[in-house]
Amino acid sequence: MNTAVEMATATATATASPAVTVALAFSAVLFGIGLVGFLVRRNMILMFLCTELMLQAAAIAFIAFGRMRMDLGGQVFVIFILTVAAAEAALALGLVVLLYRRRETLSAESWQELHE
Amino acid sequence: MNLLPLVLAAGDDAGHGSLANAAIPVATAAPELAWLGWVLALPAISACLCGLLAALRVRNKLPAVLTVLALGTAFALILKVYLSRGPDAAPVIVHLWDWMNFSWGEGPWKSFQADVSLYLDSLTLLWMLFVTGLGTLIAVFASEYMEGERGPGYARFFFGVSIFLLAMSALVMADNLVLLYLGWEGVGLASYLLIGFYYQKPSAVAAAKKAFIMNRVGDLGLAVGIWLIWVNYGTVEYSALFQAFTEGGGAQGGWDRALIPFCLMLGAFGKSAQLPLFTWLPDAMEGPTPVSALIHAATMVTAGVYLIARMQPLFMLHPDAMATVAWIGGLTALLAATIGMAQHDIKRVFAYSTVSQLGYMFMGLGVGTAFGAAYHVFTHAFFKALLFLTAGAVMHGFAGQLDLRKLSGLRRVPGFGVVCWTMLLGSLALAAFPFTSGFLSKDLILVQAFSEPRFVALGWLGLATAGLTAYYTFRVWFRVCAGPVAYTPGEEAHGDHGDHAHHGHADHAGGFHPHAPRLAINGVLLLIAVGVLLSAVPGYMALRGEHNWVQEMVYHSTAVRAAGVAHVTTPVAFGLDPHGLVTVFGIGLGLGGILVALWLHLLDRRMADRLRTALRSNPLTGWLPTCMENKWYVDQIYDVAFRQAAWITSHLLHFFDRHLIDGLLVNGFGRLPMMMGRLFQPLYNGALQGYATTMAGGLILVLAWVAWRWLGAGGLA
Repeated sequence: MNTAVEMATATATATASPAVTVALAFSAVLFGIGLVGFLVRRNMILMFLCTELMLQAAAIAFIAFGRMRMDLGGQVFVIFILTVAAAEAALALGLVVLLYRRRETLSAESWQELHE
Repeated sequence: MNLLPLVLAAGDDAGHGSLANAAIPVATAAPELAWLGWVLALPAISACLCGLLAALRVRNKLPAVLTVLALGTAFALILKVYLSRGPDAAPVIVHLWDWMNFSWGEGPWKSFQADVSLYLDSLTLLWMLFVTGLGTLIAVFASEYMEGERGPGYARFFFGVSIFLLAMSALVMADNLVLLYLGWEGVGLASYLLIGFYYQKPSAVAAAKKAFIMNRVGDLGLAVGIWLIWVNYGTVEYSALFQAFTEGGGAQGGWDRALIPFCLMLGAFGKSAQLPLFTWLPDAMEGPTPVSALIHAATMVTAGVYLIARMQPLFMLHPDAMATVAWIGGLTALLAATIGMAQHDIKRVFAYSTVSQLGYMFMGLGVGTAFGAAYHVFTHAFFKALLFLTAGAVMHGFAGQLDLRKLSGLRRVPGFGVVCWTMLLGSLALAAFPFTSGFLSKDLILVQAFSEPRFVALGWLGLATAGLTAYYTFRVWFRVCAGPVAYTPGEEAHGDHGDHAHHGHADHAGGFHPHAPRLAINGVLLLIAVGVLLSAVPGYMALRGEHNWVQEMVYHSTAVRAAGVAHVTTPVAFGLDPHGLVTVFGIGLGLGGILVALWLHLLDRRMADRLRTALRSNPLTGWLPTCMENKWYVDQIYDVAFRQAAWITSHLLHFFDRHLIDGLLVNGFGRLPMMMGRLFQPLYNGALQGYATTMAGGLILVLAWVAWRWLGAGGLA
C-alpha cells in the first residue's frame, strides 16, 4: 500500500532520481560523441556508425524517462527501435557498399556533386 | 414630312414629276417566283463542281463550260422575270427559307428577322441584268484567256468566279441588310481570292491583302450602319424599314439616326474605291484580266452605288449626307483622273479611270439623280468591261506586256483588228465622245449638278475631269493601237509549254509572234461592243424626254425619292442653261482632250517627252508630273499615317509590356524568392557534413532558445 502511494506520487511528480540523471547524462554524452563523430569524419561507414550512436543515445534516453515516469512504455519502445535499427543498418551498409563500388572510395566528399 | 430641299428641288422631268415624288412602293409577297432561288443555287452548284474538278485535277475546259452554263441560265432566269413584269409593277418579296428569326418578347425591338429572301424591284433587276449578263460573257472570254492555266488553276479560277456571282446575286437580291452584308463580304472574299490568283507572285499576294484590309475599314462602317438601323427602326428588312421610315416621320431623330447615312457611306466608299479608301483598286489589277473586267470594273465596285441608291431614303436623315457623297465622288473623279494621266501600265490607266468613273456615279447620287448614277453604272459596266477585256487580249497576245511605251501600231498587227476597233469604241464611250453611251450618262449627272446652285462648282469639277478623261483614254489608244508597228513582248513565258505551244510565241530563230485572239475572245469583245452601243438607247430616249426603261426602273424602286431630274432653264454661266452648258463644254472638253492626245501621242510622240521634261525642269510646275506619276503619294501617306504609326505604337507597347509589366512586375516579384535562395545557397553545397553542421547548429539554437525561455521564466529558481 505504502509502495503504491509512493509509486503514485513518484508518477505524479516524476522527480529525477540520481540513477536517472546518470542515465540521461550518459545519453547526452553518447549523442554528443555521435554528433561530433558525424561532423568530423569523412568515412561513410564511420559516419553511419555515428548515426547509430545517436540513435542508441535516444534509446537510452527513452529508458531513462520511462524509469523516471515508472512507465514500461519506454522499454517497449526501445525494443522496436533496436529492431528498426537492425533492419536499417543492413540497408545502410548495403547502400555504402554500392556507393563504394561506384567510386572505389568511402569518402563522403566523393558524392559532393549530388547537391541541388 | 421633313423632306430635304434636295428632294423638293428635284422637280419635274418631262412630265414624270408625279413619279419622281411618289412614295416608296409597297412590296408584296410572291411565292410563285420561288424558282428565282435558282439564280443563287446555280453559281453555288457550279462553284462546288469546280472545286471538285480542281481536286480531281481535270485538265480540260469543263470548269469553264459549267460556269458559263450556270451563269447563262441565271441570266436567262433574270431576263424571264424582267420580261414578265409590267413597267410599273410593285416590288415583290420571294421568301426562300428562314435564316434568322428570333423573338424575345412582344412588340418592337423584341424580335429580329433576316431570312434568305429576295427583294425584286426594278433596281434589283437592272443590276442583276448586267451582273449576270456580263458575268456570262466574261466567263466565256476567260475560258480562252485562262487556258494557259488548264488544270487545278483553271478550275480554281472558275470556282472564284462562281463564288463571286453567288455573293453578288445575294448582295443585289437580298431583302434585308444582313443578307446584303453576307453578299458584301462574299464578294470581298471572291475579290481577295481572285486578285491573289497568281499566289506565287508576291505583288499579287500583297495586292489581295491590301484590297481585303481596306475593304474591312469600309465594312466596319456598313456593319455599324446596319446595327444603328436596327437600333432605330427595329428591323433590317427593306420593306419594313422603309415603311417604318415613312410612317415614323423618318427624318427626325437624334444623332444616332443622323449617323446612319455616314456609316453606310463609309461602306460604299470602301467597296467602290472612293476617296479615303481607293488605293486598293489600282493594285487589284494584279489579278487575271477577266477578273479586273468583271469584279473590279463592271460589277462589284458598283455595289457601293447600289447600296446608296437602295438606301436613298435613309440618306435624307442628315442634310449634308448627300452633299458629302457628291463631293467625295467629284474629288475622287478628279484625283483619279490626274493619276491616270501619268501611268504607263494600260490596266492601271483603266483602273484609275474606273475609280474616276465611280466618282461620277457617287456625284450623280449626291446631286440627286439616282437615274443618272444608275445609268452611268449601266453604261460604264459595258464600256469598262470592254476596255479591260481588250487590255487582256493585248496582254494575252504579247506575253503579259502592258506598258504603253512598249506597244505601238497594234491596229496593223494581224489578228488584232477586232481588239483595236472595239477598244476604240470603249475609249470613245469612256472619253464621253458626243452621243456615245458614256457621254449621255455623264451628261445626266453634270446637268443635275449644274441645276443646283450649291453644286455648280462640283459641275465644273466634273467637266474638267471629263476633259482629262478624254486625254488619258486616247493617250492609251493612240499609243497602243495607232502609229508605226513596234512592240516588245513581256516577260511572261506563257504559251511556250505544253499543249499551248502550237500558238508559237517563239519560233526557232527566237523571234516573237504575237498570239492573236481567237473566237471566244473576239466574239465576246464584239458582243460587249454591241452592248456598249445598245446601252446608249435609254440615254437618247431621256434626251428626247421619252420615258425610258432605266429611268422607269429607278422610279419603281427605293431610289425613287431622288430620282427626278430638275428642269432648270435659267442660265448658269455664259448665258447657257445647264443642258446647253454641259453639252457645249462636254463636247468641247472631250474633243479637246482627244485632240491633245492625238497631237502628243500619235503625231509627235517626242513632244510628250519634251513637255514632261519642260514641266519637270520648271520649279513652279515640277511638282505636278512628279505627284501625278507617284499617285499623289497617297500610298506613302497611308504608309506613314497608319502602317508606320501602328508599327511605332506596337513597338512602344511591346517595350512597355516587355520591360515594365514583364520585367519589373512579373519577373521582379519572381526574382525576389530567387535572390533569397541565392543568399542561402552556399549552405547547400553537397558536403554531407555541411548539412549536418547546419542541422546541429539549428538544434543548438533551438536548445539555446528553450534554455533561455526556461531561465527567463525562472525555471531554475
